[in-house]
Amino acid sequence: MTTLLYTEVEEELRAAVRDLLADACPHSAVLARIESAAPYDGDLWKALARDIGAAGLLVPEELGGAGASAREAAVVLEELGRAVAPVPFLTSAVVATRALLAARTAGPGEVVDDLLRRLASGEATAALAVSLAASPYRRVGAEVTYEPADGDAAVVSGRVAGVAGAEIADVLLVPARLPERDESALIAVETGERGVEITPVTSLDLTRPVAMVSLGSARGRIVARGVGADAGGSIVGEALRFGAGLLASEQLGLAEWCLAATVAYVKERRQFARPVGSFQAVKHRLADLWLEIGGARAAARNAAGALADGDPGTAVPGPVAVAVAVAVAQAHCADVAVHAAEECVQLHGGIGMTWEHPAHLYLKRAKADQIAFGAPGEHRAALAGLVDVPAPV
Amino acid sequence: MTADATWNEAAVRERARAFLAANDPAAMDRLDFLRARFDAGLAWVHFPEGLGGLGAPRELQAVVESELRGTPDNRPGRIGIGLGMAAPTILAFGTDEQKRRFLRPLWTGEEVWCQLFSEPGAGSDLASLATRAVRDGDEWVVDGQKVWTSVAHTARWAIMVARTDPDVPKHRGLTYFVCDMRAPGVEVRPLRQITGEAEFNEVFLTGVRLPDSLRLGAIGDGWRVAQATLMNERVAIGAASGRRTMIDVVCETWRSRPELRTHDLHQRLLRLWVEAEVLRLTGARLREQLAAGRPGPEGSGMKLSFARLHQELSGLEVELLGEEGLAYDDWTFRRPETVDFVGREAGYRYLRAKGNSIEGGTSEILRNVIAERVLGLPSEPRADKDIPWKEVPR
Repeated sequence: MTTLLYTEVEEELRAAVRDLLADACPHSAVLARIESAAPYDGDLWKALARDIGAAGLLVPEELGGAGASAREAAVVLEELGRAVAPVPFLTSAVVATRALLAARTAGPGEVVDDLLRRLASGEATAALAVSLAASPYRRVGAEVTYEPADGDAAVVSGRVAGVAGAEIADVLLVPARLPERDESALIAVETGERGVEITPVTSLDLTRPVAMVSLGSARGRIVARGVGADAGGSIVGEALRFGAGLLASEQLGLAEWCLAATVAYVKERRQFARPVGSFQAVKHRLADLWLEIGGARAAARNAAGALADGDPGTAVPGPVAVAVAVAVAQAHCADVAVHAAEECVQLHGGIGMTWEHPAHLYLKRAKADQIAFGAPGEHRAALAGLVDVPAPV
Repeated sequence: MTADATWNEAAVRERARAFLAANDPAAMDRLDFLRARFDAGLAWVHFPEGLGGLGAPRELQAVVESELRGTPDNRPGRIGIGLGMAAPTILAFGTDEQKRRFLRPLWTGEEVWCQLFSEPGAGSDLASLATRAVRDGDEWVVDGQKVWTSVAHTARWAIMVARTDPDVPKHRGLTYFVCDMRAPGVEVRPLRQITGEAEFNEVFLTGVRLPDSLRLGAIGDGWRVAQATLMNERVAIGAASGRRTMIDVVCETWRSRPELRTHDLHQRLLRLWVEAEVLRLTGARLREQLAAGRPGPEGSGMKLSFARLHQELSGLEVELLGEEGLAYDDWTFRRPETVDFVGREAGYRYLRAKGNSIEGGTSEILRNVIAERVLGLPSEPRADKDIPWKEVPR
């Protein structure tokens, strides 16, 4: 039976990540970085990837990874959310890695294994070239086309907007289709290839900025074929569902920081000769937020557990149960994170509106996360079918 | 077999099967069967041996329930206060004699329990209560008025808090008693509710004499004992597990009546479905923590979330029913013997759910509890702190 608690191993992993972030990712460093030319922190990512092994967490041991499950990845995401860390763990080690693992299950090959080995070692970073706003319920990849070349090679052209983690990626995993045909493929394109252009976009979320990816006859290698026609059941759809389910844990960590920071502040801040946290108008809001976060923890753990047990080969909860767990987690946690960040800004008063206070980093991340991998309404709409609460006829 | 470690699922299952083999419910009187079940330690397995339990981990109760499914039960809806509040308090604070006397008929349902806590002048501020208990030899003489007392009209016993020392600050002058509801001077009057029925009552206590053997816990320790009762009450109200829940009821109406559906209600129902599922998962996680011996503070929040969810869902169902929602099943002034939040028709459920955020601690007080005890926020300034109860202006 899957547990909603944390195991000892998970707590150890959490402690290691938390220690590293406390040293290497203080808010002052994040604030200094967000307006620099390198919004993603390459050094921090290397330390996470290599020293803690976060990059290869989901990669099987025979390919140099840790062979861990969604549950462990979820714990890392909680800590990264708590620190609004500007690293590509979610985009590379979770979503792109999951797409490669699904491709490997569908059709093993040296191209996939080689990529997974490079990702696990931390030598390379990948990004799935779809919009961060793409969801497991909508078809993706229609905007990029490819032409087969010799062997596994292909030539890819097109543009994808809103790609997170692209700026720091060495490899793009591009869902593309054959023109005039209902065939599609997932193609690995090295970002150093000619014809690959990655243009940063001024982003709402300063700690996970998105970019426009333009591919002009860029050469790549085919990782999997036949994907994208039915996004829900495809490799890309599965990777997006995996990302949506685990994003809930990042949202949980983010919300927990916002609550803790706000509670600490209202205990200190005095007005009317008493701590503002002694006023019921403030206390009740924080009590409600605490309740929402308790629910978020249960929902996020449940999604991580369902995704872990639903790994290819075991499939204990069944695909519907996994889909429900993910949709519930995202429908709840996305809004909880936004609510927590909004309360954090409001209950800090004027200081919460300043650039120097980190509250805005959490608000921007939370708002962008709400859109990522399907907005809450999209997950609720999916539940209508999954749990038989049908729409009006 | 007394220690926790010796009871596992298989052992409990075997015990339940052996009991059933020796006691055929079809050939026995219902109460005799329940008494035998209590004596076999299969009433509440986490209670000690000899008191209806086995000293086994609480979660193994599910094994018993599954083995004994279909056999006569103790009609928990009728004796919820006894099961959820009186029993754990008696177990924690009662003398051996009190445990032996009260727990068995409480569990079998032979004796119904009610709760004499709230008063007209002491609701959320329970510790300010004014019902007096004055020592007279081996007895206590009780005078006062209690209110919102569910099932007092069927109750044999009550758990009661009374003031035994008005000269100390309010929390310190209280003592906890078992009140004999048949004692002279106990008068129960029904209080009609917004549902039309009178589930609860006001109880007048005039010169009621209780032997000191009905005192539960030490003199002056009543607040601490009452806290234990209240925590159990909130857990009991917040943890509706296994049975049909409000979301099930509303979804059944939704599925069976497609002609009533609107887009607005669909969006709202999906939101509430997610909330219900999140609450279910929160409860499941809480039970895992309890089973692992690491109880979390989430328990204090379950009742709050449950109340809000019940109110929104029951309100949505009345709205969904449209013209049918204009009708009400029955306003007759009746005195029900059971409490069922999801019983009767949609209108009743809507009105009854309003009580969920009031009974057992209002949602406002529970938010204070969370803010102060869990989040560590400072309390509001209190005018009655550290002064004798009798000097508090009221």
